[in-house]
Amino acid sequence: MSGDRARRRGLTRRDFLVAGGGATAGLILASCGSGPEGNPAVSGSTSGGTGAKYEGPNVSLAFWNGFTGGDGPFMKDLVTQFNSETDNIEVKMSVQEWADYYVKVPQAVASGSGPDVGIMHINQLATNAARTVILPLDDVAQTLELQEDDFAPIVWNGGTYNGQRYGIPLDTHPLGFYYNKKLMEQGGLDPESPPATGDDYLAALEDLKSKGIEGHWVSPFLFLGGLQWQSLLWQNGGELYNSEGTAATFNSEQGVAAMTWLVDLVKNGYSPANVGQDADTIAFQNDKNAFNWNGIWMINAFKEIKSLDWGVTQIPQIGSEKAAWASSHNFVIMNKEGQDPNKIDASKVFIKWVIDHSVDWAKAGQVPADNSVRTSQEFTALEEQSAFAEQLPYVHFPPPIPGIGDIDVILETAVSEAVLLKKEPADALNDAASTADETLQENAEKYGTG
Amino acid sequence: MATQETTRVTASGVARSRARAATRGGPQKQGTFTPYLFMLPYMILFGIFVAAPTISAFWISLHNWDYLLPGKPFTGLDNYIDLFSGSGSAGLFWKSMWATAQFTIYSVPPLVIFPLLVAVVLHQKFPGRNFFRAVYFAPYVLGVAVVGILWRYLLDPTVGVINYYLGLIGLPSDIPWTNGLPWAWIGLVGMTVWWTAGFNAVIYLAGLQGIPRDLYEAARVDGASRWQQFRHVTLPGLRPVTLFVVTVTILASANVFGQPYLVTGQSGAPGNATRTAIMYITGEGLGRFRMGSASAMSILLASILAIIGAFNFRLLGRRND
Repeated sequence: MSGDRARRRGLTRRDFLVAGGGATAGLILASCGSGPEGNPAVSGSTSGGTGAKYEGPNVSLAFWNGFTGGDGPFMKDLVTQFNSETDNIEVKMSVQEWADYYVKVPQAVASGSGPDVGIMHINQLATNAARTVILPLDDVAQTLELQEDDFAPIVWNGGTYNGQRYGIPLDTHPLGFYYNKKLMEQGGLDPESPPATGDDYLAALEDLKSKGIEGHWVSPFLFLGGLQWQSLLWQNGGELYNSEGTAATFNSEQGVAAMTWLVDLVKNGYSPANVGQDADTIAFQNDKNAFNWNGIWMINAFKEIKSLDWGVTQIPQIGSEKAAWASSHNFVIMNKEGQDPNKIDASKVFIKWVIDHSVDWAKAGQVPADNSVRTSQEFTALEEQSAFAEQLPYVHFPPPIPGIGDIDVILETAVSEAVLLKKEPADALNDAASTADETLQENAEKYGTG
Repeated sequence: MATQETTRVTASGVARSRARAATRGGPQKQGTFTPYLFMLPYMILFGIFVAAPTISAFWISLHNWDYLLPGKPFTGLDNYIDLFSGSGSAGLFWKSMWATAQFTIYSVPPLVIFPLLVAVVLHQKFPGRNFFRAVYFAPYVLGVAVVGILWRYLLDPTVGVINYYLGLIGLPSDIPWTNGLPWAWIGLVGMTVWWTAGFNAVIYLAGLQGIPRDLYEAARVDGASRWQQFRHVTLPGLRPVTLFVVTVTILASANVFGQPYLVTGQSGAPGNATRTAIMYITGEGLGRFRMGSASAMSILLASILAIIGAFNFRLLGRRND
C-alpha cells in the first residue's frame, strides 16, 4: 500500500525531500552545479547508432526510475533479462521515490554524475526539457524507427515540447472505474453491469444508499478527488488551461459543474464528509466503498486481497463526452556534460528493447504505449489492463508546458476546499485560478515561453 | 540546532571549569592562539554547514535563481519586496507563516510543561523507573516518516482507529482529525507531543539531577511543603535548563515540516490551512526551482526566529546570575 501510495504521489512531482533540511541541502547543491548548456549532445545529439544493435566497447548504463511499488520487480526483471541477452551493455537500475527522483535527477545530471537513461512522467517532460535536464530524442525515434503510427496518438504527441521529442513513451496509466461486487449485490445491483451513464450512476448510488452503503467516497485530495474532477471537467468539454498555457480555464462553467457533481455526492450522502488521504481506497478494499475511480496501478494491489470481489471498467460518462485522466511513463536520455556517445547509442538499444518487451511491463499494471504490443494476444489476455486500454482514444494529459506540475498543489487546495464544504465550488475554483494565473505567468516569463 | 546548542552549553562549561582551574592552580602559560585552536574544529563545521550556506542563500535571494537555467538575473531586493507586495503568492506565503505560528503557539506550552511533569515523576525512586524512562523516550527515536504515517492512519477521520474507539465509548466518531479545523491542529500537536516530549523530559531529568539535595533538605527543615519545594527550589534550579528547552522547542516547532506534510498532505488540508512555512519554502525552492524567492523567505523566517530567540534569552536568562 505504501509503495503504491508513494508512486501515486510521485506523479505530482510536488513532493519533496521529507528531510526538513532539504531546502538548505538544495541551496548548497544549487551553488555547485552549472547548467549543462553547451553540451554538444544537446544540439547535434547522438552519433548515429541504429538502436537495433550496439557494437561499441563495453559500457555500463545507470538507469534511474521511481518504481518503488509493485511495479519495481517487473522492471528489474526486464533489466536482468536485457543484461543477460546483451554482451556489451550492462544496465544498472537504481530506484528511489519519484518525489526524491525529480529533485535529485536535475542536480545529478548537472554535476555529470547522474543517470544515463531514466523514466519521466509525461507532465514532467516539458519542465525538464526547458531546464536542459534531458536530450531531444527526435533522431532516436528516427533511428529506432518509432513513429506516430506505432503509438496511441495522444501519448506520442504528449512527448514533445517546442516541436521536439523528449520522451519515448513506454506506457499509459489512466484512471478507471473499480466496483466492489459484494457491495453491489448488497445494494440490489447487478454486479456484472456497472453503471455507464450519469443517470444510471446516480440511480445505483441511491440504491446503495437505501441499503446504508455510501457508494462513492470523494477524496478531498489530488489523489483521487482531483483526478476525478479533472476527468469530469474534460467530460464536460472543459480544459484546464488556455492553449498557450498562460491562463487557467479550469474555473469555467464546465469545471464548476464537474466540481459541483462531486460535492453533491457528499451533500446527498453518497460519500462521507471529510474523507482522509487514501481512505476511499482503503474503504473500497474493506467493503465499505462500492465505487472507486482509481488508477490502473491498483490492479495488482487489489488482486492480492483474496477476500475482495471486484471488477474494473471504463469511467462512466457523466458529461457530454467520454474522457479520463491519465499519465504516461516515458524513457528519457539525460543531458550529461561530456557524455560518452557510446552510452547514448547503448541507451537507444536498451530503450528499444524494453519497448519491444513492454507486454511484460503491462503485467505490472500499465497499458503499453506501443500499438503492436497493445494489440498482441498476450496483452488482450490481461483482462483488467485491456479494460483500461479501451479508454486510450479519449484519455487526457496536462498540456506540455514547463512548470505545469506547479499547478497541482493549487488544484489540490481547490478540491480540498470544495469537497470539505469550506467554499462553494465556484469560489474555490476562482480563487485557485487567480493563483494559478500568477504562477503560469511567472513560469512563462522564467522559461521564456509566454 | 540541538547539537549546536549542546555544543555551546558544553563549551561554556569547559571554559568555566578551565577558568576555575587556572585561579586554583596558579599561573598557566597559554599561547595566544590556544583558545582559537580549541574552537577550530567546531568553527570549520560551522563555517561549512551554517555560515557558508547562509551567505550563499543571501546571495541567491538577490537573484531570480534556477541553478539549471543559464540566466540568473540580479534582482536586488525584489524577492523581499514581493513578499510584502500583497500578490497572491505573497498571500500564500504569509498564510503558511501564520500556520507555522499557530503550530508553534499551540505546541510549545504542552512540550515545555508536560515533559517537566514527566521528569519530576521519573525523578522519584520507584520500582521500574528505568523502564518508564525508556518508555517515555522511545517515540523520539522514530523517524518523522514512521511517526507521520503511523498517525495518519490513527487519526484518519473515516477509517482511523481513534475515531473508531471514540465511537465505541459513545463519543462522536466523525471528527475530522486530518482535514478539519481546529481538529487538524489538535492532531498535529498531539502527535508531536507524543513524539518529542521524551527528549525534553530527558533534558529536564538531567537538570533535576543537578539540583543539590541539600537545598531540598534545607527547605524541608524550614517547613516547606512539597509544592513550595517545587516552586522555590526545583523551578529556579531548572531555569537554565528551561531556557534551553524553550529555545530548542520553539525552533523545532517553527521548523515543523514532516508532520503536516505526511498527515494533512502536501497542500496542508483543509484547503491549505495547515501548510507550514517550511512546506511552502520547500515547494518554492525544490518544487518550482525558484530558489531566489525561496531563499528570501528562508532568510526572513530565520530573522524572525533569531529575534524570538534573543527575546527568549533576555526574558528567561536575565535572573540566571
